[in-house]
Amino acid sequence: MTVTDAPRIITSRFDVADGFTIDRYEATGGYTALRRVLSMRPDEVAAEVKAASLLGRGGAGFPAGVKWGFCPPGVWPRYLVVNGDESEPGTYKDRLLMEKDPHQLIEGVLIACYAIGCAQAFLYVRGEMALAQERIAQALNEAYARGYVGRGILGSDFSVDVVLHWGAGAYIVGEETALIESLEGNRGMPRLKPPFFPAAKGLYLQPTVVNNVETLANLPWIVGHGGAAFAALGAETSRGTRLFAVSGHVKRPGVYEVEFGVTTFRDLLYSPLYGGGIRGGRALKAFIPGGASAPWFFEEHVDLPLEAGAVGKAGSMLGSGAVVVMDETTDVVKAALRLVRFFARESCGKCTPCREGTGWLEKILQRIDSGLGRPSDLDLLLDICDNISPSITWPPKQTTICPLGPSAVSPIASAVLRFRDEFEARIGAPAPVTVAVHGVAYNSKPPVEEPVGA
Amino acid sequence: MARLTEANELVAREIIGRYPRPKSALIPLLHLAQEQDGWVTDDAMEHIAELVGVTAAEVLGTCSFYEMFKREPVGTYLVNICTNISCQLLGAEELLHHAEATLGVKAGGTTRDGLITLEDVECIAACTEAPCLQVNYRYRYKVAPEDFDRLVDDLRSGALVDEVPPHGTLHRTRQRIPTDRAAGAASPVGGREPAWIASRPAPAKDTP
Amino acid sequence: MPEATNATDTLTITVDGKEIEARPGELLIDAAERVGIYIPRFCYHPRMRPVGMCRMCLVEIDTGRGAALQPACMAPVAPGMNVTTDSRPVVKAQDGVLEFLLVNHPLDCPVCDKGGECPLQDQTMAYGPGESRMIEEKRHFEKPIPISDLVTLDRERCILCDRCTRFAKEVAGDPLIHFLDRGGQTQVNTFPDHPFASYFSGNTVQICPVGALTATPYRFRARPWDLQQTESTCTSCSVGCRVVVDSSRNRMLRMNGVDIDPVNWSWLCDKGRFDFQAFESDDRLHGPLVRRGSELVPVRWSEALNEAASAIREGLDRSGPAGVAVLGGARLTNEAAYAWAKLTKGVIGTDHVDCQLGDGLPAEVVLGLPRATIDQACARGGTVVLLAPDLKEELPVLYLRLRHAVLEDAATVIELAPAATTSTELAAASLRHRPGEQVTVVRALLDGGPAPQGADEDGFRRAAEALRRGPVTVVIGRSSVAEGAGAVVDAAAALLAGLDEVRFLPALRRGNVHGALDMGLAPGVLPGRTALADGRDWFAGEWGAVPVEPGLDATGILRAAADGRIDTLVLLGADPIADFPDHVLAERALAGARTVIALDTFLTASSSQADVVLAAAGYGEVDGTTTNLEGRVSTLGRIVTPPGTARSDWHLAGDLARRLGADLGLESVEATWAEIERVAPSHAGVTWELLTSPEASDGVVVPLPSRLSATEVDVEGNALGGSDVSVVGGAGVPAADVQHGQAAAAAVASVAAEGGPQGEAGKAESHAHESAAAAHEDSTDVSAEERGHDDAGGVEGQDDVPVAEPPPGDRPSLLRFAPPAAEPSVPPVDRYSLRLFTTRKLYDRGTLNQQARALRGLAGRSTARVNPIELARLGVEPGGALKISSARGSLVTATLADPDVPRGAIVLGWNLDGPDPGDLIDAEAPVTDVRVETTS
Ligand SMILES: Cc1cc2nc3c(=O)[nH]c(=O)nc-3n(C[C@H](O)[C@H](O)[C@H](O)COP(=O)(O)O)c2cc1C
Ligand code: SF4
Ligand code: FES
Repeated sequence: MTVTDAPRIITSRFDVADGFTIDRYEATGGYTALRRVLSMRPDEVAAEVKAASLLGRGGAGFPAGVKWGFCPPGVWPRYLVVNGDESEPGTYKDRLLMEKDPHQLIEGVLIACYAIGCAQAFLYVRGEMALAQERIAQALNEAYARGYVGRGILGSDFSVDVVLHWGAGAYIVGEETALIESLEGNRGMPRLKPPFFPAAKGLYLQPTVVNNVETLANLPWIVGHGGAAFAALGAETSRGTRLFAVSGHVKRPGVYEVEFGVTTFRDLLYSPLYGGGIRGGRALKAFIPGGASAPWFFEEHVDLPLEAGAVGKAGSMLGSGAVVVMDETTDVVKAALRLVRFFARESCGKCTPCREGTGWLEKILQRIDSGLGRPSDLDLLLDICDNISPSITWPPKQTTICPLGPSAVSPIASAVLRFRDEFEARIGAPAPVTVAVHGVAYNSKPPVEEPVGA
Repeated sequence: MARLTEANELVAREIIGRYPRPKSALIPLLHLAQEQDGWVTDDAMEHIAELVGVTAAEVLGTCSFYEMFKREPVGTYLVNICTNISCQLLGAEELLHHAEATLGVKAGGTTRDGLITLEDVECIAACTEAPCLQVNYRYRYKVAPEDFDRLVDDLRSGALVDEVPPHGTLHRTRQRIPTDRAAGAASPVGGREPAWIASRPAPAKDTP
Repeated sequence: MPEATNATDTLTITVDGKEIEARPGELLIDAAERVGIYIPRFCYHPRMRPVGMCRMCLVEIDTGRGAALQPACMAPVAPGMNVTTDSRPVVKAQDGVLEFLLVNHPLDCPVCDKGGECPLQDQTMAYGPGESRMIEEKRHFEKPIPISDLVTLDRERCILCDRCTRFAKEVAGDPLIHFLDRGGQTQVNTFPDHPFASYFSGNTVQICPVGALTATPYRFRARPWDLQQTESTCTSCSVGCRVVVDSSRNRMLRMNGVDIDPVNWSWLCDKGRFDFQAFESDDRLHGPLVRRGSELVPVRWSEALNEAASAIREGLDRSGPAGVAVLGGARLTNEAAYAWAKLTKGVIGTDHVDCQLGDGLPAEVVLGLPRATIDQACARGGTVVLLAPDLKEELPVLYLRLRHAVLEDAATVIELAPAATTSTELAAASLRHRPGEQVTVVRALLDGGPAPQGADEDGFRRAAEALRRGPVTVVIGRSSVAEGAGAVVDAAAALLAGLDEVRFLPALRRGNVHGALDMGLAPGVLPGRTALADGRDWFAGEWGAVPVEPGLDATGILRAAADGRIDTLVLLGADPIADFPDHVLAERALAGARTVIALDTFLTASSSQADVVLAAAGYGEVDGTTTNLEGRVSTLGRIVTPPGTARSDWHLAGDLARRLGADLGLESVEATWAEIERVAPSHAGVTWELLTSPEASDGVVVPLPSRLSATEVDVEGNALGGSDVSVVGGAGVPAADVQHGQAAAAAVASVAAEGGPQGEAGKAESHAHESAAAAHEDSTDVSAEERGHDDAGGVEGQDDVPVAEPPPGDRPSLLRFAPPAAEPSVPPVDRYSLRLFTTRKLYDRGTLNQQARALRGLAGRSTARVNPIELARLGVEPGGALKISSARGSLVTATLADPDVPRGAIVLGWNLDGPDPGDLIDAEAPVTDVRVETTS
């Protein structure tokens, strides 16, 4: 095992009872990065973040420094939108960052606004997170009172309002363009891209940077210690530390800050510091490496490092840092049904394949689960998947606007292909496989190459 | 009549003022209406439409997209049991069945006394504490059937009134931007290069 | 809307292995369609912003990084783009989308209005899976619900293409229907008790790709395969939207908009869409009636016509031509209007003819001002001055075009109105004036300020700036019938004199009022936009005789009739008692005329008082042409036969002429048109062949550019000649020149030297020609040689233009606007009075409106609106009943305090249910001042 002794970059106040107060935050080095930033040029700050190789922590994993650079020069105002809509099943980290250390996030927001030149920031907190909203409201009120936020920050010419905004229950709003629509008061339906990448045209069609809560929470440390110190941790493209929520059938479920890129799934699942092994000493059946949208991994994947590139190559993603562990007792039909039901409930309804397809998939799985499956259903399931995400590959192709539709394909393809026998047993009769699958993760057995929809 | 009260209309106007465009305040204002009445009434939506300058149909279009807005009265306490994957793996469906049996209502229903509405919800971001639930968006972790029964007793007895506000109240602390500290909403039109960037120009690319 | 680029440069893309030319900025779906590659679609509509929702148009696009499935409706073409529309992945994806759409779509096609003309059916046939693999229960919604008086919604059938909702928000600006709920439960609906009350709701039915939205008046009335389709033009107002009328077994059943670029872009207003229903009303006149005692009784046609003819002859005998007067004509086709002009002016010899009813503008103003097309008015970055009635209420589709121009094409609207209108929110500046005093604001704007007292300073500055920037189109019309036309004419004259580049779009509302004016149904003019004085000789030659002196307009005619000076009054589809602003005068006139002959489709307030009623054919019952406010001539379809023995107005003119011993010589629509083309100066070259040619499917704007210069016909050979028409009216010569009556030669010389204000040397010659023609008005002795020479100039380079002969040299010149010598003075309003301002609504007490079943209930009630401060000053309680009195009469009405009404004014609705402002107005006074008092 390679559990490293990397510093705790963003969870340093998690065990401090009053870590969320401004006094404790100031007492533990809070807002010094902000002071420091004010004596730097904005482009120097951005360079520092770029040097840190900080990958976005919201799911897509795009380097933050690079993204900031996409704002078209000379177009003002720019906005910062903080994505605190954390709703991906299995994902549980942004809420802790907001509840336990709101000032760290606010300081990160201010640093980003300073570097990018944002005239206003909106902190979009998921609607169901009442405590996070309270803590952030409280923290903002304190920070305004002490001159950290608002007009003439700390007596400088840096002025920005940070506005707490809160959602009302819609997973899709986590998608950045849906987030912007929602922030404009609209239904949270993703925008088509191109032409609208938020950095070019986002909120009110102005340049807008959307960053995840965890991404921004790293900024005070990066400014304080230098981008190089951050980049010195981790491996390959995955630098620094990162939060992983390990849930499901492990002995010690929890949210752990681990060194990115080098720690392995085995560490996360089995190390006594982290997951502590499968509960009851049972065998591992499957695990989801990066939230409900990610294709499942199996025993043969546990030694992969938590490194974006390696996981991608193996046919899945680290996504939002949500690892869900299923032991041998897991009913995969039910698990797949539950995940698909999630996507069907959360589809925004814009794209036909997602709106109609996810619901149809759910109905079929429901039927199978309740013992009314037909032998042809498995092929039908896969063919519907194929119509949502052509050829069911990784990374997914899509007939939809955003990746939500194809996300519903992940659990089905994973479960049906790997555990086809369990589905067949539920149905009562075997059926031939007729769908070609090019993804790696879905099936560790050799892929069956047969024409689609024969 | 369930338009926003005068006091709430003032709050609404303050919230609207924070945004570059009034419509952006729609979701916060719908929450405000729900906080006032426990659910979002048609009258409130019409009032909000007037306040932000859109049609009532547009307000309803937004309102109805979001799960948390209730367009019919619900119980004083909304008990949301997560049944998504992490919780499902650790017994959420069993917990839901237990809750249905205990309360005598199916998920989506409200107890006859109007106190509790039970819901079967998607992941609420407490996956490592499964199975979990929220009462009016306040968490309960690792809920065993006995814990659930105790929760219901406490809600019925009033033991939790301080901890759990009635349905509609989300966060009890409001953000206040003091006028003398406000940088102001940034209008999307006619923006200029911010002062702190203009005053600290980046060195020209070709200087060493 | 996709960005339209005017750039002529093209780029090349490859579609299915074929290289095709595309315009930069164009969407792939359009570029492919132009070359015959149809990419299936549901949500895409070329007149709205693409949303890429339905995913039916997925094709493989490779821009260098490998082929990927992308919606063709969202992809602007890019150089080198390689597109495949028929590969396996594409076919599979489209197949899949169709299957998904059918997952929840009910298969109730046999009872669905859309069955048989349904894109979902058609595309399922063409691209679909063929059988259903879905055995689950479909989604259910409560069955059809009425979402407005005119539209019914079946949510189960909806495929959520966002077309109706996009239309409501983007095009109409009435976002009253919206997506509700989410995901698989998404539905379109209204807010409870807030119906989809939009004047444009019918368009959503037309663009719904399935049977989710149906028009309540059409539901279950026909199967598409039984329908016969006829193209025509809507004449409910003067915008002249192109339509296709669906009929079956001699009944009109449905009207849909046709997408023509220069006018309606496929949209219609609901009034235009549904009011054809009036013509199948049981109240239609089926045959002629004559008065026997106090009764109108049915008689045979010969009897009625003989009676009418002898009444005319008697009038002539008693008083000469001046004893006969004709009111109306805006309902007529161009051909009928011409026939009536020939009958009245050529045969009877009277010039007391007016197709307007005191609610329009003088003919010489409308015909003589440089005219704009709608496209010119809506040009990117242009300035539009509204000196006009509320466009959404009176010319609804023009409002849509203007709205689009403001929102998408950066047009600037400056509104001059006494009170807010529906256009106010489009306006960069809405400047208020007291009724009758618009010229004060115009002068201030032109002089660069100062802003009149109390004006919105910022708005004033923006307006003055936009005027300077130009090009300017002024929409002129009568916003209120309680003030005379003089106020608008003065303001127009000031704008014409004060701006370099200005054109006018006359917002006269009645159906074919522009055609009637063009055909000479107004005092002082002759067919082809010719002044009586100029055309006298020419028309005398053609017709045998023409009146000597200019006659009376509607007000004059009614005054004369009331005074017993008119023996025979012909109402050519006119209902002055309802429509003339001064009801007292109208009633007295009908009583005062010895004989009243009415040609009408219904017995109206006026025709029911006639002595002879000739049953006329209505909309869809005659063929011919009509002319819209741009001067665009387009064809009308004959779809059904008239009821009973009703005859066309054109036919009736011939019948009467024969009985008066003359032969109009107009044997058919074509023959009539041929004569119009031959004799009417403005219509030269507009042959029947041209009008009915495919190139003229958008209509033809008269006069043809070929009269001016061959270079000015657009690429398709369309005579979209507004740009050229302008010179006809006078932008070619500084107005002052005309005003001061300079010699023609001087005008010719000066304009030729300047090269015209547009500065295009090539145009100079044609300008010179027109100037010469125009100046002819003032100085008749331009040598024939000179004119001949100019005409020769016009002929040059005509070879490639598919239009006919240039006009012969001796046709009379076209009218040009001469500013009125003296301004009518507007008396100051006294302290105790309010100045009356009347407004119209789309749905009113008009005959068609009341006779069309679908629209009958929609007319609103009139209430007086007064500024609350004014009410307080006058010590009047708002809300209660008020007595409003003028020198003419009084009425009692409910009153609303409305801060949008300027102080000193009172607003009353015209022709609505409730009290009638026509009782207060004196048509001969420039303004109407009233006093208000609380009734006990
Ligand atoms: C369906 C969907 C849901 C998403 N949900 C979230 C979310 O809850 N929180 C989040 O930060 N990003 C979420 N994302 C990713 C965002 O679109 C975006 O990439 C991210 O917020 C960018 O921030 P980062 O660059 O700092 O990671 C989601 C994306 C999709 C497609
Ligand atoms: S894929 Fe689904 S969630 Fe994403 S935009 Fe389309 S319908 Fe909405
Ligand atoms: S037509 Fe392109 S997505 Fe619907």
